[in-house]
Amino acid sequence: MAEKSGADILVECLVDLGVEVVFGYPGGAVLPIYDALYNHPTIRHVLVRHEQGATHMAEGYARSTGKPGVVLVTSGPGATNAVTGITDALLDSIPMVVITGQVPTQLIGTDAFQEADTVGITRHCSKHNYLVKTPGRLAEVVHEAFHIATTGRPGPVVVDIPKNVQIATAPYARPELKVHASYRPQTKADAAAIDAAVEMLAAAERPILYTGGGVINSGAQASALLRELAALTGAPVTSTLMGLGAFPASSDQWLGMLGMHGTYEANWAMNQADLILCVGARFDDRVTGRLDAFAPNSRKIHIDIDRSSINKTVDVDLPVVADVASALDDMIALWKQRGHQRQDLSGWWARIADWRAKRSLSYPETGEEIMPQRAIADLYQACVATGKDVIITTEVGQHQMWAAQHFGFEAPNKWLTSGGLGTMGYGFPAAIGAQMGNPDSITICIAGDASIQMNIQELGTATQYRLPVKIFILNNEYMGMVRQWQELTYESRYSNSYSDSLPDFVKLGEAYGWTGIRIEGPQDLESGIRQMLDTPGPVIVDCRVAKLSNCFPMIPSGAAHTDMLLDPNQIAGIMSDEAKALV
Amino acid sequence: MHIQEELSQRHVLSLTVSNEAGILARIAGLFTARGYNIDSLTVADITDDHAISRITIVTSGPPKVIDQIIAQLDRLVPVHKVTDLTEAGPFVERELALVKVAGVGEDRIEALRLADVFRAKVVDTTIGSFIFELTGTTEKVDNFVALMRQIGLVEVGRTGVVGLMRGKEAN
Ligand SMILES: Cc1ncc(C[n+]2csc(CCOP(=O)(O)OP(=O)(O)O)c2C)c(N)n1
Ligand SMILES: [Mg+2]
Repeated sequence: MAEKSGADILVECLVDLGVEVVFGYPGGAVLPIYDALYNHPTIRHVLVRHEQGATHMAEGYARSTGKPGVVLVTSGPGATNAVTGITDALLDSIPMVVITGQVPTQLIGTDAFQEADTVGITRHCSKHNYLVKTPGRLAEVVHEAFHIATTGRPGPVVVDIPKNVQIATAPYARPELKVHASYRPQTKADAAAIDAAVEMLAAAERPILYTGGGVINSGAQASALLRELAALTGAPVTSTLMGLGAFPASSDQWLGMLGMHGTYEANWAMNQADLILCVGARFDDRVTGRLDAFAPNSRKIHIDIDRSSINKTVDVDLPVVADVASALDDMIALWKQRGHQRQDLSGWWARIADWRAKRSLSYPETGEEIMPQRAIADLYQACVATGKDVIITTEVGQHQMWAAQHFGFEAPNKWLTSGGLGTMGYGFPAAIGAQMGNPDSITICIAGDASIQMNIQELGTATQYRLPVKIFILNNEYMGMVRQWQELTYESRYSNSYSDSLPDFVKLGEAYGWTGIRIEGPQDLESGIRQMLDTPGPVIVDCRVAKLSNCFPMIPSGAAHTDMLLDPNQIAGIMSDEAKALV
Repeated sequence: MHIQEELSQRHVLSLTVSNEAGILARIAGLFTARGYNIDSLTVADITDDHAISRITIVTSGPPKVIDQIIAQLDRLVPVHKVTDLTEAGPFVERELALVKVAGVGEDRIEALRLADVFRAKVVDTTIGSFIFELTGTTEKVDNFVALMRQIGLVEVGRTGVVGLMRGKEAN
């Protein structure tokens, strides 16, 4: 059998696994791999400006295409810079394979130049990781790594490859997929659980479908099945931040997002439901609010591919361990086979209509300043008007929540945001990654003035690869979300939450060859957005919005769904220490 | 504000895992990362080809936490099986202790007498000391050590618990 170097084996595996794009940054410990990628005919390498950027690009690519994102970084600082993105992918269940260079095996443990214990550091922020000590093991490990990253509950997998293993040779033949016998995610639900779930759903008088990122991860078919189940049952649908787009925002059955900044109707419907069907969500603290007051009179069914998500925070009546699409498919088949009819839910919908009448997403407008919510709503209208496919990414903060509330998503994989880790600096590189995977889509990062500076260096990456991404900054000159919490908890002592010394974002963009646009006031909003969308290349928009607006509705930490704050006048000022201690 | 502790129960978990680099760090680290307790942890490979190890963990926590621990362990890629021996039915648990006791005269005789009661073996002796080897449940070892403390305990080494289900089935 012909021998190949470890680097060539790796690249050959990537080709076999269908990898088209690698986001990376070179360094001493990956030079052999970079040489193997030199002028590669099918694998495109995107040179980032900081390794964190590479990880979020890979996440954006993965979330928008459904394919795993691939990252290549050097040892030591290259690997440690990737850690935030790896953790982000773990918390949001994003399939990603991160290849890190390592010092040669004989130097491991000697504090060699650019040595870091990458497998040690990433052990608990990855789904799995490997240190490959011989080239003969490499192919098998890389194939398993992709399998683990993409199956079951997806997540990041790290493959650490010492430099001598990249250079040394071993016989190579395309490996059979050999997976740890112990890795066997359950994708098909137990028949008894499906049966019970269907009967509970059919008998419910006040059902609600509470959906999450698992529906997106499960693939386009899961979203289609969710829509079918909603149509069959007539039940209202709400979603977590991560699940937006799985169910169309234009549907009458859509209640909007739930949780801390969710709508009044979604949170009240959760509170008053007699049956919650949780589909690929995980009862996160941002969703449940105070646990002992969460949906007190409901029975709960939880469909999740990860058994450890079930009964982690909220006890459920019926666990269904399965892939979402498979479970929904089984439920729909059984529903039809039993001849179940839609219940008369008119009483339930009448109550929902009352809650909707609160119009919890409305906001005051004076006409003098741009309200950030208005900016998002106008951006949404303008995007719809283009008739093109639009992908939205966000940074983290108030702008993220306003985007979730005021942009309507009709399809899965069009909304990319850092939910679990809440990583400022995610959105812009994620947009670059999404644009790489979707060259014909309009890709817009909705950003905050503070977050955008966390990976601003990637302006150069978009320029280099002629990626026409758009950055739409809601510039309130504050870390608005921090300021909002300081108003709520610390009597408006704005400790370090003012964005001082902001750069001139227009000039900054121009320095990188971007088009810069400033939107000063309401009179420029529409035209500025249109100009952004009409400009073919990358555009950065500095949209000056009302500086002190806050994001409502809001369930303060530790409060019940029914204790939602709807407007600024309700802000209490001082919280108890117990409430302050919650995140 | 004060931080409140929850009531916990002791559980003995038995795991079979692929015997590969980092497996112990993966398991121990999961406990620290998620704030679970480890009272003892033992590990050794148990197959001819050294491919599989058994890890026995004594942990404590409220029932919900124990359930989470099992689910979290179970989803680690190299973990084959997790059994909660405490829940699964009657099981045998043992640990081994080496107990060094110093003393002369009546203390020395009393130490030997107690060792006999506990079926401990003398594995080292000098004019002024013994090392006893004792196997038994954690409680038995605790009791023996407590008695020896009154006589002249010098130091103790313990293996931590290993356990197996009773009956003829493998686990
Ligand atoms: C890496 C990181 N550091 C700190 C935080 C805490 N944090 C959450 S939101 C926020 C402020 C974001 O400000 P900006 O980007 O301007 O958004 P705004 O809330 O003003 O819309 C901060 C500091 C975080 N989420 N991520
Ligand atoms: Mg801001």
